[in-house]
Amino acid sequence: MSQVLDTELESVVIRFAGDSGDGMQLTGTQFTNAAALFGNDLATFPDFPAEIRAPQGTLAGVSGFQIHFGSTAIHTPGDQSDVLVAMNVAALKANIKNLKKGGVIIANSDGFDSKNMRLANVPDDQNPLTDGSLSTYDLKTIDVTKITRAALQDSGLGVKEIDRCKNMFVLGLIYFMYHRSMESSIAFIKSKFKKNESVMNANLKVLQAGWSYGETTEMFANRFKVAPAKMEAGIYRSVMGNEATALGLVAAAQKSGLSLFYGTYPITPATDVLHELSKHKHFNIKTYQAEDEIAGICSAIGAAFGGSLAVTGSSGPGIALKTEAIGLATMLEMPLVIVNVQRAGPSTGLPTKTEQADLLQAIYGRNGECPVIVLAAQSPSDCFNLAYEACRLALTHMIPVFFLSDGYIANGSEPWKFPSTADLKDINVSFAKEKAEGDDKFMPYQRDEKLARPWAIPGTKGLEHRIGGLEKQNITGNISYDPANHEFMVKLRQERVDLVANYIPDQTIDSGFEKGDLLILGWGGTYGALKTATGKLLDEGYKVAHAHVRYLSPFPKNLGEILANYKTVVVPELNNGQLVKIIRDKYFVDAIPYNKIQGQPFMSQEVVTKIKEILS
Amino acid sequence: MEMVENKLTSKDFSSDQEVRWCPGCGDYSILKQVQTVLPDLGVKKEDYAFISGIGCSSRFPYYMDTFGMHSIHGRAMAIATGLKATRPELSVWVVTGDGDSMSIGGNHFIHTLRRNPDLNVMLFNNQIYGLTKGQYSPTSEQGKVTKSSPYGSVDYAFNPIALCLGADATFVARSMDRDPKHMQAMIKRSFEHKGTSLLEIYQNCNVFNDGAFEIFTEKSSKKQQTLMMEHGKPLVFGENADKGIKLDGFKPVIVDLNDASVNDLWIHDETDLVKATIISRFYDDPSIEGHFPRPFGVFYINSARRSFEDLFNEQIDQIKEKNPAPDLDKLIAGKETWVVG
Repeated sequence: MSQVLDTELESVVIRFAGDSGDGMQLTGTQFTNAAALFGNDLATFPDFPAEIRAPQGTLAGVSGFQIHFGSTAIHTPGDQSDVLVAMNVAALKANIKNLKKGGVIIANSDGFDSKNMRLANVPDDQNPLTDGSLSTYDLKTIDVTKITRAALQDSGLGVKEIDRCKNMFVLGLIYFMYHRSMESSIAFIKSKFKKNESVMNANLKVLQAGWSYGETTEMFANRFKVAPAKMEAGIYRSVMGNEATALGLVAAAQKSGLSLFYGTYPITPATDVLHELSKHKHFNIKTYQAEDEIAGICSAIGAAFGGSLAVTGSSGPGIALKTEAIGLATMLEMPLVIVNVQRAGPSTGLPTKTEQADLLQAIYGRNGECPVIVLAAQSPSDCFNLAYEACRLALTHMIPVFFLSDGYIANGSEPWKFPSTADLKDINVSFAKEKAEGDDKFMPYQRDEKLARPWAIPGTKGLEHRIGGLEKQNITGNISYDPANHEFMVKLRQERVDLVANYIPDQTIDSGFEKGDLLILGWGGTYGALKTATGKLLDEGYKVAHAHVRYLSPFPKNLGEILANYKTVVVPELNNGQLVKIIRDKYFVDAIPYNKIQGQPFMSQEVVTKIKEILS
Repeated sequence: MEMVENKLTSKDFSSDQEVRWCPGCGDYSILKQVQTVLPDLGVKKEDYAFISGIGCSSRFPYYMDTFGMHSIHGRAMAIATGLKATRPELSVWVVTGDGDSMSIGGNHFIHTLRRNPDLNVMLFNNQIYGLTKGQYSPTSEQGKVTKSSPYGSVDYAFNPIALCLGADATFVARSMDRDPKHMQAMIKRSFEHKGTSLLEIYQNCNVFNDGAFEIFTEKSSKKQQTLMMEHGKPLVFGENADKGIKLDGFKPVIVDLNDASVNDLWIHDETDLVKATIISRFYDDPSIEGHFPRPFGVFYINSARRSFEDLFNEQIDQIKEKNPAPDLDKLIAGKETWVVG
């Protein structure tokens, strides 16, 4: 056995890349679990094509999973990777530009044969493994396919099944390189394939083979140690954004004592919320896969009418279809939560890629004056907090609430110091009480101090009343075509939303100076990149700060004061400039937009460069 | 006996809102028949919910003193399904029209029938768009001249009953605004059926499509042109009940009872889908020579198919039974945790 050198590293970025059928997402999540259990802080970024099995070997078919883990606080999946696992030439070609100079490439040589070269449009005489073009990197060429086949030659499995184990070889090898225990993956394989012993044994064998390969060949003279992160004390778990969203909804239902109804239609990247919720029916969760997006939200409106905590979820095109029904819920003054896991648009756009271009749609995008509450989560685990908040505000104010997530945080994961349910804010809901003989006539649009109307559900004696999309007379709820009443009601519905500002937390500065030269004002899934960028700028002595808005309609009451404390306000967004428009409109601040619209998250370094450019 | 003074009357179901349909509209009769039938159904007043979409018919809930929602165009069935799924103890009614249910709401229409929630759907078919002041609807006959089809509509019409059977509806019936007794009977039967009951009601729009069903509703032609179906009884029609329908294999044939025996006639069987499918196709233009009479009554009932809300909630109950005390903290903690510090 060769002499192996151990190196301590603060953090590492690994990108697993291969064909969409190569199992890179699974490999990535397995390594993520192991890193999380070890105590590293981390962030992940799955980046996959829209097609389930995109054309094999092509650039379009490349599926990637990036993990950034470290002994320090990690806020992004990393701008550039230290290690690139490339299962074929297309995966290499698609990802090499984001590999650090001198970074490690683990290449499966079988994926660089002439067929793969042709599929990836690489000329035969330019095989990157042999033409010297990768000389600035630490290239490790391994015939993963051949070794896997050799390891399983007596397994009795067919070639197709054997080749499916290739990713386990890579996983074992990476575990070896980073001194990780394989226990969590061994347990995973045993449980996943408990009904198919030969496949289970094959995966276990190849996983071990990967580890042994690292141990016995001289190829890996370096192993790396990444110590656990010094995180706030507590109990942690790893969580993905969509999972956290679902848990937040369940928690809100439990805390409010209501049954949760989730009416929806499958759409990328929101569907995992449905998948997650449908597993938890024992919490009295009712999931309903409707015939279309419109039926999804309408069934939720029906459930809300009946007294359930009603939620619908979708993504861009689906939200567009729900628009009219959101208007109805606004008129009905009904509690309803609309989850929008944003993806790149317009139209079908880039279904698996992230964007935050639905903010204006959420705030303004309906016919007529139709204000709703809008919240946006800033990280995978924050989806829990804000999904919960969305329910709380909807139920206590009788107003539809948009909860915005995005493809990046929905599929990304991070360690989460999860709350105890005892510490969650109470959600007090009471339905209107039944009327006794001689009581005054029930007034469905009578209001409390929040200007919320009573939630009077069918089955309650004496409260029979009609609601609908036609304009209402205040208090009585009767149809009214009175011109002055319409103006009054339009303003009242806005006032109801504005009042919510009294029931949400103040805006805080996330990092940096309370007053200074420049404020980076972000919202949504860009949080990690902006925080990291701000940290770098502060380290370099810039007088900057970062604030991240989670309550977008209404804004926290003190947001205007905060903006006034900086000479310049920059609003980086993954869109063509949306929050910046509202900030300029509401606060007369000459905020500067900084936009990226590539279906990809910000890299912290590009934000740093942009801010320096603005400051110079 | 002490219940007598608390007994509901049709007045209890009449709201304080002024009814605003055009004078002479067929909707008035439907409203009256519903208000007449409801007190006798044994349901508490507060347990009724009426959900409608958009259109003249969809104003209906405003005139009923029950819980009600006048929603958006085409979506009443989707909303009603959500309500029924979560509140199965309520008696949920849907009021819709031919445009609302079969045009803009077509998708919800077929999928609701497929899923079979226990809703009582009343489809007011007037073969015209009334609220938008007279355009052809999906049930308007081809060639219909309206404001949007001054040269005649080129669209073929839907046959609503056949559409329902195609979508596996479990209760399909037809009635008409000008036959209160028949309509009351059909409303009762819709209510009694557990599952989605689809009651098509021919309703005259006296402003934009006056007389569309006159041939079926006028005394002078009604007996000739309609076939009043009754379970277990032969299919007989005609001025003097002198005609009948006979099945020649799968081919229905009109026979003269002066020549043929009533014993040879087709006996109506509401539970027979094949026969229901055949009779649903009695949808000819009455001006065509040798056309079949238009059937009224219950075409088909399927009591075996369980209702959506039963299956939906039974599954949840079973899962809850297996996990009677779910722990939210445990759920949030997930399968794997680790401790820092």
